[in-house]
Amino acid sequence: MWKIRIIAFIILACGIGVGYFDYRSQVVPDSVFPFNLGLDLSGGAHLVYGADVSSISNSEIAESMGALRDVIERRVNLFGVSEPIVQVEQAGVFSSAEDKNTYRLIVELPGVTDINSAIQMIGATPTLEFKKERPKEEIEAFKVALENFQKAQEAGESIVPPQVLIDGPYDDTGLTGRFLERARLEFDQTTNEPIVSLKFNKEGSDLFASITKENVGKILAIYLDGTPISEPVVRQEITGGEAQISGSFTPAEAKTLVGRLNSGALPIDKLELLSTQTVGPSLGGKALSRGIMAGIWGIVVVAGFLIAWYRLPGFFAVIALGIYIAIVLALFKLIPVTLTAAGVAGFILSMGMAVDANILIFERMKEEMKAGNDLVRSVEDGFSRAWLSIRDGNLSSIISAVILFWFGTSLVKGFALTLGIGIMASMFSAIVITRTFLLAVAVGNNSRFVRFLFGSGFLK
Amino acid sequence: MTSMFVITYRKIFFAISGLFVLAAFAAIFFIGLNFGIDFKGGSILEVRYPGGRPDAAPVNQVISDLLIEALPVQPTEESGFIIRTRALEESERVALENGLSFDSAYPLEEVRFNSVGPTLGAELRSKAWVAIATVIMAIILFIAYVFRGVSEPVSSWGYGIVAVIALIHDVVIPTGIFAALGYEIDSLFVIAALAILGLSVNDTIVVFDRIRENLKNKIDRDFKIIVGKSLRQTFIRSINTSLTVVLVLLALYFFGPESTQHFALVLTLGMVFGTYSSIFLASPLLIVAEKWGKKK
Repeated sequence: MWKIRIIAFIILACGIGVGYFDYRSQVVPDSVFPFNLGLDLSGGAHLVYGADVSSISNSEIAESMGALRDVIERRVNLFGVSEPIVQVEQAGVFSSAEDKNTYRLIVELPGVTDINSAIQMIGATPTLEFKKERPKEEIEAFKVALENFQKAQEAGESIVPPQVLIDGPYDDTGLTGRFLERARLEFDQTTNEPIVSLKFNKEGSDLFASITKENVGKILAIYLDGTPISEPVVRQEITGGEAQISGSFTPAEAKTLVGRLNSGALPIDKLELLSTQTVGPSLGGKALSRGIMAGIWGIVVVAGFLIAWYRLPGFFAVIALGIYIAIVLALFKLIPVTLTAAGVAGFILSMGMAVDANILIFERMKEEMKAGNDLVRSVEDGFSRAWLSIRDGNLSSIISAVILFWFGTSLVKGFALTLGIGIMASMFSAIVITRTFLLAVAVGNNSRFVRFLFGSGFLK
Repeated sequence: MTSMFVITYRKIFFAISGLFVLAAFAAIFFIGLNFGIDFKGGSILEVRYPGGRPDAAPVNQVISDLLIEALPVQPTEESGFIIRTRALEESERVALENGLSFDSAYPLEEVRFNSVGPTLGAELRSKAWVAIATVIMAIILFIAYVFRGVSEPVSSWGYGIVAVIALIHDVVIPTGIFAALGYEIDSLFVIAALAILGLSVNDTIVVFDRIRENLKNKIDRDFKIIVGKSLRQTFIRSINTSLTVVLVLLALYFFGPESTQHFALVLTLGMVFGTYSSIFLASPLLIVAEKWGKKK
């Protein structure tokens, strides 16, 4: 008796602890475990691209798509979005075999609603540029401007960066990836570091020779998609049209770079925008607050019904439901699950379903009591008899959730995941939590008052 | 008792269900389903004019001047419009929003924009069908497996097939109601339909489980009476469970985000008809299955 009461107390304490974790991790700024809100709740843009890979052999598609993702990711990062998501998805199974347009690239840009420039940047072809140092006085001007800008930033002032700063310390030379004949991965004979060797065409070779001749002792920076990837110093004039980029990259990075340089453009045939979705921040915020509202009202009405109908067991079911909610929310944070409006709906639905197991058990318990069993026995038997129904019923819902997850688009997946997690946590909550609480208070006395507390219905 | 009443007058309940299903099919075929843009392709643009909106007529004019096929614009509660068009390219969206601001005479704010190309729409549609078919197959197999020990007087496959008849009933009726109301059939609708499949089976399984238990305990020799008693024993549970789920769904409908309002409605309808079917359709159908078994 006392053992089960201690266990009940521990469960309650753990539940409160988990609830406190949910709360703390939400109110603390820069929390490690915030809720992950989907774009429809936080506002932002969701773009789906179809990648045409018809000229790429099957064995190389996965690699090309990986390279494509890296390229787009770099461009999106350049766009200054916080936590963008770029992922590859295969539509596969459901489209015809001839349709090679089955690889999808999904780009999510939280907080971005002006998608025009983002779309242009994503669709652009990559650029390889060689840039030379600006004249001394301009570099000095750049350094001064940079210093001023950093000082202003440290002081918390916001100033518009001057043009010198935007132009950067390097100037165009006219030599770009267009003049490249091929790129190759090599390794340094002595240091074994990976090197990307470049071979220019005739026109490019002449241009390269004249640029290196004019810039001996200076830096010739190599830019990819507008970001410097290597800043080597020119030692002498280079004729013959061959150059090497050695930087601090890993062999894998060097290999990707070579692949990209060779393909000249994106590592696939064509990137086509299939769908766009943008949600303004005001709409997203409203959806979120209404979702929370609906959740609170859902809890209130269900709790009211349970206590009114099932009395004391109903009260314990409400506590179990509270612990259930704390556990599920903590799982959402820890896994982490991206919450969309559909996901929130799935969670609210699972709250209603979580009660089902409790109801099954209580009804069974009541039958046992009617049959003349004492309270403890009725609780024990009620649980064991209801278990088969709970197991079979919930398994069928889990099967639906798994299939939904398997086939779904990201929207459907969010719902399936929240529903699936909800169902499993609800089985735990009914079978472990409610049962422990009921056994902890069930006393072997059959007085009318105790029977009233464990009875059900609005009357009697 | 209430439950024997269900068994005795089962033909009346079959007729009621049959009528509902027929009416639903009629609505689906004659009125047709109004597919959302995620299934047929197209764009939805919602804009808001913080400083008051222009009249609908010039807005429609702007859209047709841009040679964009569109439905008449629909005013929103928050001084804006919802504009449904064919799938727009990014450049067309920019041109449209410029046009809608009437040279900045009416500054506007984009509330949401959603565009789905036709290929993606067709793909999602076939995905939805495959998902529904797979769930139904999985459920028949699952029930046949769970009830594998039961062969008398109804085979375990009988239970599976009856459960599937009930769940088709539960999904078709809300679909018909949506067709009649002209509400959109979109991804969320399909999610709701699939969730109904799971919930409906859950409900039916609980009744079947009780029948199985009562069969094992041989509480009566007459299958009809066993079914009737099982129904009585699970009746309150069925109603109360549905009631709690419907309560949270109503909370979602009235207080939840607009985007999931129709979703809550489909699920509520599915729950109500699902509860009806597990009491008034599935269990009495088992008696029909038993009679067929005897004839053979």
